[in-house]
Amino acid sequence: MTMTLTQAVITVAIVIAGTVFTRFLSYLAFPEGRKIPPFVLYLGKVLGPAVFGLLIVYCFRNTDLLTSFAAGGTHGIPELMGLLVTSALFVWKRNMMVSMLAGTVAYMLLVQLVF
Amino acid sequence: MRELRAAFPKTIPVLMGYLFLGITYGILMVTSGFPFWLPILTALVVYTGSMEFLLVGILLSPFNPFSVLATTLMVGARHIFYGLSMLQKYRGTGKAKFYLIYTTSDETFALNCDARIPEGLSRTRYYFWVSFLDQMYWVAGSALGAIFGGFLTFNTEGLDFVMSAMFICIFLNQWLRDSDNLHLRYGKHIPWRALFLSHAPEMTGVGASLLCLLVFGPERFIIPSMIAILAILALTRKQVEPAADELRFEDKTKEGEIK
Repeated sequence: MTMTLTQAVITVAIVIAGTVFTRFLSYLAFPEGRKIPPFVLYLGKVLGPAVFGLLIVYCFRNTDLLTSFAAGGTHGIPELMGLLVTSALFVWKRNMMVSMLAGTVAYMLLVQLVF
Repeated sequence: MRELRAAFPKTIPVLMGYLFLGITYGILMVTSGFPFWLPILTALVVYTGSMEFLLVGILLSPFNPFSVLATTLMVGARHIFYGLSMLQKYRGTGKAKFYLIYTTSDETFALNCDARIPEGLSRTRYYFWVSFLDQMYWVAGSALGAIFGGFLTFNTEGLDFVMSAMFICIFLNQWLRDSDNLHLRYGKHIPWRALFLSHAPEMTGVGASLLCLLVFGPERFIIPSMIAILAILALTRKQVEPAADELRFEDKTKEGEIK
């Protein structure tokens, strides 16, 4: 460790404080008693669905599409297959557990055995 | 207890994902030279996966409180959106509210935001159990990794995909639910305009994020994405809000009935 114990404790404390701040900010701005403005209510309705789109992109953000097969790249094929298996099964069966399991197994097989 | 019985099955995907990620985190911390209790303690009190993995590297580098704060705020910025989405749902949850907000991880937000709580059950208790179970999975995973990490022999590469799969399912679930409501409302022939507008939030989320990922790269695309999403949805409110209200009318009556 390059930090002293005190410095490490301060670092962890800052991470906690920063995280708590971002988590509580919206609720502090609109506490229980106060009426929520219509624009914020609108955001509450549409941000949910939108942020799931962001989360999916976030999960795949480090997918390497460009590295060639010869250099050990996968062109994102395992990710794409996992995405396709999960989505297709979900649209078909509408069962979260089944499609998550199948998608994850497909992805694991591809990254472990094929690439 | 009926709330626990309703909540537990929904958290199984998180159980799998968190145990795996938690074990990884515990192993990473211990093999980086930290004592076994540090990953367990941070899992419990910091409880934010992405930031904890960054914390390993941060603790190994020279002391720099300002850069730590900046990184934490940037990584955590998406919680502002989670807060806005849960503002109404978490209203009136009383003493549990502090805990519910404190433990809003990506996955807990996902489950609670998407929850259709069976009638007659306590909303507060349902949210509490989801939040509590998820947190315990994460702590348990970290503890397992920190203590027994050395004994793991089977190949877990790729298991973390389970978390991506969960987000994909929840995203599709919302999309399909909107589509179902559209069919209920319009029958077989849905006008293009209604179809487009009702899925506008989802498309904005994916589209803006993909674009920002291309422009800003994987390390710094989140905040630009959030700004872009906010701007697009604010500018199109006049068109999008009526479409959203029209479709969610059923959800609203359901939520109103639950105490």
